[in-house]
Amino acid sequence: MGKTLLQKVWELHTVRTLPSGQTQLFIGLHLIHEVTTPQAFDELRLRGWPVARPDRTFGTTDHIIPTRERTRPFLDVMAEDMLSALERNCRDFGIPFYGLDDERQGIVHVIGPELGLTQPGMTIACGDSHTSTHGAFGSVAFGIGTSQVRDVLASQCIALEPLKVRRIRVTGQLQAGVYAKDVVLAIIRRLGVSGGVGYAYEFAGDTIERMSMDERMTICNMSIEGGARVGYVNPDDTTFAYFKGRPFAPQGEAFDRAVTWWRSIASDADAVYDDDVEIRADELQPVVTWGVNPGQSVGVAEQVPAATDAATTDALGYMGLAAGQPIAGLKVDVAFIGSCTNGRLSDLREAARIVRGRHVAPHVTALVVPGSVSVRRAAEREGLDEIFRAAGFEWRGAGCSMCLGMNPDKLQGNQVCASSSNRNFKGRQGSPTGRTLLMSPAMVAAAAIAGAVTDVRGMVDAPALSGAGQGV
Amino acid sequence: MDALRITEITGRALALPGDDIDTDRILPARFLRAITFEGMEAHVFVDDRAAATRAGHVHPFDEPVNQGASVLLVNRNFGCGSSREHAPQGLRRWGIRAIVGESYSEIFFGNSMMLGLACVTATHADLERLMAALAAHPGAAATVDLKAGTCSLAGLTVPVTMPGPARDALMTGAWDTTGLLKERYEDVNAAAARLPYVAGFR
Ligand code: SF4
Repeated sequence: MGKTLLQKVWELHTVRTLPSGQTQLFIGLHLIHEVTTPQAFDELRLRGWPVARPDRTFGTTDHIIPTRERTRPFLDVMAEDMLSALERNCRDFGIPFYGLDDERQGIVHVIGPELGLTQPGMTIACGDSHTSTHGAFGSVAFGIGTSQVRDVLASQCIALEPLKVRRIRVTGQLQAGVYAKDVVLAIIRRLGVSGGVGYAYEFAGDTIERMSMDERMTICNMSIEGGARVGYVNPDDTTFAYFKGRPFAPQGEAFDRAVTWWRSIASDADAVYDDDVEIRADELQPVVTWGVNPGQSVGVAEQVPAATDAATTDALGYMGLAAGQPIAGLKVDVAFIGSCTNGRLSDLREAARIVRGRHVAPHVTALVVPGSVSVRRAAEREGLDEIFRAAGFEWRGAGCSMCLGMNPDKLQGNQVCASSSNRNFKGRQGSPTGRTLLMSPAMVAAAAIAGAVTDVRGMVDAPALSGAGQGV
Repeated sequence: MDALRITEITGRALALPGDDIDTDRILPARFLRAITFEGMEAHVFVDDRAAATRAGHVHPFDEPVNQGASVLLVNRNFGCGSSREHAPQGLRRWGIRAIVGESYSEIFFGNSMMLGLACVTATHADLERLMAALAAHPGAAATVDLKAGTCSLAGLTVPVTMPGPARDALMTGAWDTTGLLKERYEDVNAAAARLPYVAGFR
């Protein structure tokens, strides 16, 4: 009987079984950022412990930083203190750190792959729930909390209980104007926001196999929104090609040896799954969330549901929607393109293709926030910044920005935001009464232009910008 | 580890009905800008509490009878979303020692474990009964007995469960895992040595 990638990676990284029955798992790569680490470092100092593997730990800053004006010290004293703490901690413990003045800075889930730190077959941990993103490369990547960050810093291990594996096969050709974001929103709508609890999601099928690494990252990024802490795609030639020449990827003959090993950790053809689900990609339309969790969504041509239960009534009330109203035509005040879900080069290219030669509606504030400095530079080399600016978008520095309310980029009052991020929770974008509509970056671009939710399929005849490269 | 053993939690119960209560709601992001967890209890559910006040309601965390409660009753997928440990830290510092719910997000469950905050699971029907019993006896005490696998409240006793390893960790006081994971570092090195990527595929 064959094994899944999850089983293989789990077995390879098992240190021992703890007395409680949990597995002690070695962590191959630990990524850290400013928000979830200061208390962990404080505890290390208190107990007099070193960082076990500073050579397998990398830090950057993303959540708290302003994206408009990056000069130090920040106006926000708390943000300044938080970033200073991370700088000090990385310096004191010998951890490589990519700060604001570094060309490698960016959202932690964007730079890990970009630098070739993320690799197939690795276990990865980061104090952030969207660590699942790295599974796109066939790694097993866990979002953890601060006490577990302390565990990993001190021992390079975490204690975990095994996961079941659900294979989600996505099959068929996506229509023009329907993207990876729509696929994952459709998966969450179908399986629910808690459907993945206890499972790792293995994304498979011909639709996934044809996807670029950027697209696979979008899918794996949102596994956690379906309740699955871990999501992954088996590594294949697309994966291997991505690593060629990246700073931390193996070079020369070591690269060939790496490919052989990477191939070997993919799920076997006769692997047995705890559950199997099929999603038909050709039937999908662009998806928009109408509610306060990522499972509350509809196709852009559909209506929001009737208020049949308390949760729906509450969500419709918060969002200011009438039961049964069409989602298309809903006025938006803000358009946000960015985040670890959709802030990579291919996302910006696709959005720029929609906005080129058009202009943002007068009542809409629109911003594009590249996921990393490297994405920003690459986009500027292609002239995407000019296209966005000409269309009335603000072009910002790399960071989490309006994905969450921790930095100056926030919704005001009860603004409605078309957002390419991953969470539409109440208050998520920084205003306790702000309202978020999740959608693909192309749909956000379309909404910015129209000033309201609109079907991007009517706008995708624009010619592609630049080649089919898969990003930086 | 004896002092860390957790087998039974007794205290006043507090009900917070609703599925999919995410950690952004438990602890909004703007309060994550502090570099310690001190004072997190003040921010628990702040936006929900303010919204309730605006709507002329009283949020369960503001009800006078619930002040000092330590057993929290919730529904499905509690603590979903962000990995912020600030959420269970805030609840723990507010006074919550045990949560009885239908299900939890895995990261929230793991974070709570690291704080010795017991998250046990009961069926939907039993939670309805517990919440109804509490509504009939506001401020009633609840007892979560990990050994017996029960939660009792106002004369009602329902079965509760917890994954074996997590339950054992609480009952033996081994829930603070850092020391345990550091204990046999030679084993960690041996595991690392088996992995070709650690040596750069040389
Ligand atoms: S972009 Fe959003 S979801 Fe991603 S790491 Fe930043 S805050 Fe978290």
